[in-house]
Amino acid sequence: MTLSQGILLTIVLAPLAGSLLAGLFGRQIGRAGAHTVTILGVALSCALSCYVLYQLVWGGAPTYDQNVYTWFEVGQLSAHVGFLVDRLTAMMMVVVTFVSLMVHVYTIGYMADDDGYQRFFSYIALFTFSMLMLVMSNNFLQLFFGWEAVGLVSYLLIGFWYKRPSAIYANLKAFLVNRVGDFGFILGIAAVLYWLGSLDYAQAFQQAGRLEDLTLTLVPGHPWHAATVIGVLLFIGAMGKSAQVPLHVWLPDSMEGPTPISALIHAATMVTAGIFMVARMSPLYELSETALSFVLVIGATTALFTGLIGIVQNDIKRVVAYSTLSQLGYMTVALGVSAYSGAVYHLMTHAFFKALLFLGAGSVIIAMHHEQDMRYMGGLRKYMPVTYITMWIGSLALAGMPGFAGFFSKDAIIEAVGASQRAGSGYAYFCVMAGVFVTALYSFRLLYLTFHGKERFTVKAGHGAHHDDHHHEPGVLAHPPHESPWVVTLPLVMLAIPSLLIGWPTIGPMLFGDYFGRSIVVGEAHDVLGELGAEFHGPLAMVLHGFTQWPFWIAFAGFAVATYVYLIDPAAADRVRRALKPVHELLSHKYWIDELYYAVFAKGGVRLGRAFWRGGDAAVIDGAIDGSAALVARAAATLRGLQSGFLYHYAFAMIFGLVLLLAGFWLFGHV
Amino acid sequence: MSNLPLLSLLIWVPIVGAVPVLLAGAGRPNAARWLALLVSVAAFVLSLLALPAYDAASPAMQLVENHPWIETLRVNYHLGADGISLALILLTTFTTILVVVGAWEVIQDKVHQYMAAMLVLEGLMVGVFCAMDALLFYVFFEGMLIPMFIIIGMWGGPRRVYATLKFFIYTFLGSIFMLVGLIYLYFKAGTFDLATLASLPLGMREQTWLFFAFLIAFAIKVPMVPVHTWLPDAHVEAPTGGSVVLAAVMLKVGGYGFLRFSLPIVPDASQAYAWVVIALSLIAIVYIGYVALVQEDMKKLIAYSSVAHMGFVTLGTFIAFALVREANDVQMAKLGMQGAMVQMISHGFVSGAMFTCIGVMYDRLHTRMIKDYGGLVNVMPWFAAFMVLFAMANCGLPGTSGFVGEFMVILASFAANAWIALFAAFTLIIGAGYTLWLVKRVIWGDVANPHVAEMKDINAREAFVLGAFALAVLALGVWPWPLTHLMDASIGQLVEKLVVTKV
Repeated sequence: MTLSQGILLTIVLAPLAGSLLAGLFGRQIGRAGAHTVTILGVALSCALSCYVLYQLVWGGAPTYDQNVYTWFEVGQLSAHVGFLVDRLTAMMMVVVTFVSLMVHVYTIGYMADDDGYQRFFSYIALFTFSMLMLVMSNNFLQLFFGWEAVGLVSYLLIGFWYKRPSAIYANLKAFLVNRVGDFGFILGIAAVLYWLGSLDYAQAFQQAGRLEDLTLTLVPGHPWHAATVIGVLLFIGAMGKSAQVPLHVWLPDSMEGPTPISALIHAATMVTAGIFMVARMSPLYELSETALSFVLVIGATTALFTGLIGIVQNDIKRVVAYSTLSQLGYMTVALGVSAYSGAVYHLMTHAFFKALLFLGAGSVIIAMHHEQDMRYMGGLRKYMPVTYITMWIGSLALAGMPGFAGFFSKDAIIEAVGASQRAGSGYAYFCVMAGVFVTALYSFRLLYLTFHGKERFTVKAGHGAHHDDHHHEPGVLAHPPHESPWVVTLPLVMLAIPSLLIGWPTIGPMLFGDYFGRSIVVGEAHDVLGELGAEFHGPLAMVLHGFTQWPFWIAFAGFAVATYVYLIDPAAADRVRRALKPVHELLSHKYWIDELYYAVFAKGGVRLGRAFWRGGDAAVIDGAIDGSAALVARAAATLRGLQSGFLYHYAFAMIFGLVLLLAGFWLFGHV
Repeated sequence: MSNLPLLSLLIWVPIVGAVPVLLAGAGRPNAARWLALLVSVAAFVLSLLALPAYDAASPAMQLVENHPWIETLRVNYHLGADGISLALILLTTFTTILVVVGAWEVIQDKVHQYMAAMLVLEGLMVGVFCAMDALLFYVFFEGMLIPMFIIIGMWGGPRRVYATLKFFIYTFLGSIFMLVGLIYLYFKAGTFDLATLASLPLGMREQTWLFFAFLIAFAIKVPMVPVHTWLPDAHVEAPTGGSVVLAAVMLKVGGYGFLRFSLPIVPDASQAYAWVVIALSLIAIVYIGYVALVQEDMKKLIAYSSVAHMGFVTLGTFIAFALVREANDVQMAKLGMQGAMVQMISHGFVSGAMFTCIGVMYDRLHTRMIKDYGGLVNVMPWFAAFMVLFAMANCGLPGTSGFVGEFMVILASFAANAWIALFAAFTLIIGAGYTLWLVKRVIWGDVANPHVAEMKDINAREAFVLGAFALAVLALGVWPWPLTHLMDASIGQLVEKLVVTKV
């Protein structure tokens, strides 16, 4: 059975309709109305997305690739809005709508006391629409639309609490850093159109062979291969959206937004758009070893060095944020070794367990009355068992415990890097291996500091009775912490299930089978996953084998260190910190990259602007015609004498002048 | 219907309609307002009637009217419109309605004169966009300055005399050069007929002189760096409506002039010196972007932003030469030119809307300084929503009109020279920088001061104006096809003629 346009349009438009209703008529329909319409919209999208996936995988439906309408038409060139729905897209659709649905439900609890309730639902539904437009696009134009639209919603949501100076600083920063990426991205799209002659994926990929002999010479004597230029430029876009070094600086700050969107946008879906994009462009990336090496090195650097920062964070959300950066680095590494399906597979498993971790962190934050500093937590396990257990499941998945979802995807990526011959793969192998230790260390540190050990907070009745008071004394609560309501815990459980189980049925077909079919193209020569597939004997064998492998024992070492330092001997943490003071400084200042960017780009930009304005516009341009400026002054002085107070007179003078001019012409004509 | 002289009506209905508005007198401001609205709506309806009468598939000038005017000089009252003219005429009539409604309670002093001036201005601007005779064009071109002087001079800010004089000296200087050029052409061809001039053979030397004469005239209008400094001053002093019309429509006359004069009449010189225009356009995009970043006055900021955005118009127009004649890529040249024209229309909506937003704020606090604002979203949520939408359009976000033209021009530029595309694409960063930093300081944040706390959200009239702009910005952003289709044949012909050398 073939997919119908009606179904696909419904999937995209249902969340948009919900968003518009909640956004424009929020006051009329009220809080319950707002969450009902948006949840219905997203639930419909999710159900239909599952149906589409079912049709594509079991129903024998062919790939859908058709235009909906013509966006512009110039000469022979046209651009469209249209859908490409194959199994890659369908998987993304299900992940996006499912996580979005969970986040919608969770928000009912998390934002219950917020004045911007309707606005929040409107934004997250709008996000779902934008993200679906991005993943379902069949052309570069619509891809860019979705790309920027999710960026817009991210901007609005990071700045959701717009009264906070830190929030509106963070959203501006996020938008601008993303724009640096988009700068590369739009040039990449221009390069695709220039060399491949079309903005449609199918036609562009068909022409990809042309790129072989084409070069671009920006600097004389250094011609670059067209495929490399396209690959690198498009990837710069991905570096912005998927927060790869050195454009990673916006993502930790994006935690200023409410926690549900940290889960949905800044962990599970939007930030993975770059990964999805590169996987979608695999027919182009396969043509350039150089571009892929670039991708590989950037990803490896991100995977290790941002993970390290996560170890020293005290804000529970920031730990998860740095972990997200690091995991995005793993996905990027997988792209860099041509293991595109490995990257997309990790994207999927990560979406479940990272959304779970963020929502769990949010549940903790509710219990702690909006305290996010883990130094004032501890021993929460007895107060909130559901959150506790599900957070453990999420963390084990993240740390790559054999059998959990994250194990299958991460292990495959590490193996693929090990098997790769590509330039940079040695460095990347080191980074991803070291990253395993780091991941385990910060994951278990988070669990111990939050749920285990002694309680580092006190309960003082009557304290901070005003609920929205965020400026309370740290570590002092008005009521004892308690488990969150069902609308919060239900999504946790719903996400814990795939975090635990999704790897088992999917690893075979998605990673080593032909699930992705022709959606992902890998050259014979570097099909590392193909090589690994030869040794794959089912998920159980892979799990058992996993226990004997280095990654498991490295993760175990991280677990052991975390257990000793943060559980058995808590005083050890201080000793370690003192012993490694320079390292700690380096990490807690995030390598001083933020400070550097602020000084160079923000302050430097303003200083340059001032220099241009005062030096260029005022001094040189107006100064060069200083004579005429003086002339203006003199003329003004003269006119002041003539000034009768009625502009009519000037106007008449001008009309009179014009008549004279015409008369002059008339005379001229007779000469 | 097809027998109606639509273009003449479009010119003269507003001008003649201004007379009763003026006669309503100072004593009956409401009569003047309603009459002006009636006339502007009538003009808008007339421009809509022109659409079905126009065949977009044909590149020929349509709705033509040709009558002898000054017979001894063989000057004709010759009107005609192609897709480009028609799009700009629609922009003019659309904007005028919003300006009339926007001024409703804002202008309290000499309402009848203000409204009459706006209507006269409308008629003259329509005249510019459909004159097929160079002298007729010149008359409209100069004539439209008069009502604008009156608007800035009578309802403007404290330094209005300085601003009007600077405006006057600049634009007058420019048009003198054009006039000399036109007189020269008249002696060569014996006519001011644009079509004849377009097919007039001209040597390279002549073309060069003429090219620079036109360049000066139109560069000042657009305005291009380095003759842009009159614009921020004029905007700062102009009343809101004046700023809206100036930015939305009058600047477009410069871009339109390049298309009607420089390209067809002096193609070879235009090709030879295209690099000058391209370089100045890129300077406008990058350098002016930085200048906009540090402005403390919102109107100046948006004025500089206009200069940067108009850089895409000149870039898209002149990149066509490099593409057609050097890269032999007519398709991409059409894309660049189409992008330039879409950018003109879009900039009309976006800048008009931005200046309206600033006007809404100014009406409440009587200051344009960014530092006097902050946290408007707390007290004016609907206004904030509109302002953020227009800011996003100003940043060129896809889905808004601001994206379409810039996107096309960047794509076309890459085909000509990757370096040009590189500089042009820089707008993504710097444009977002100055626009969103403005939004951060004005819209977001906690209520900045007691004055802001007392600001009231937009009323129905303001919501109508901003809503109309918003609809236009979104419609063009989501589905630009109707606009590109309207102009496609005309642009196609224009580009294909560039191939033919005149020397």
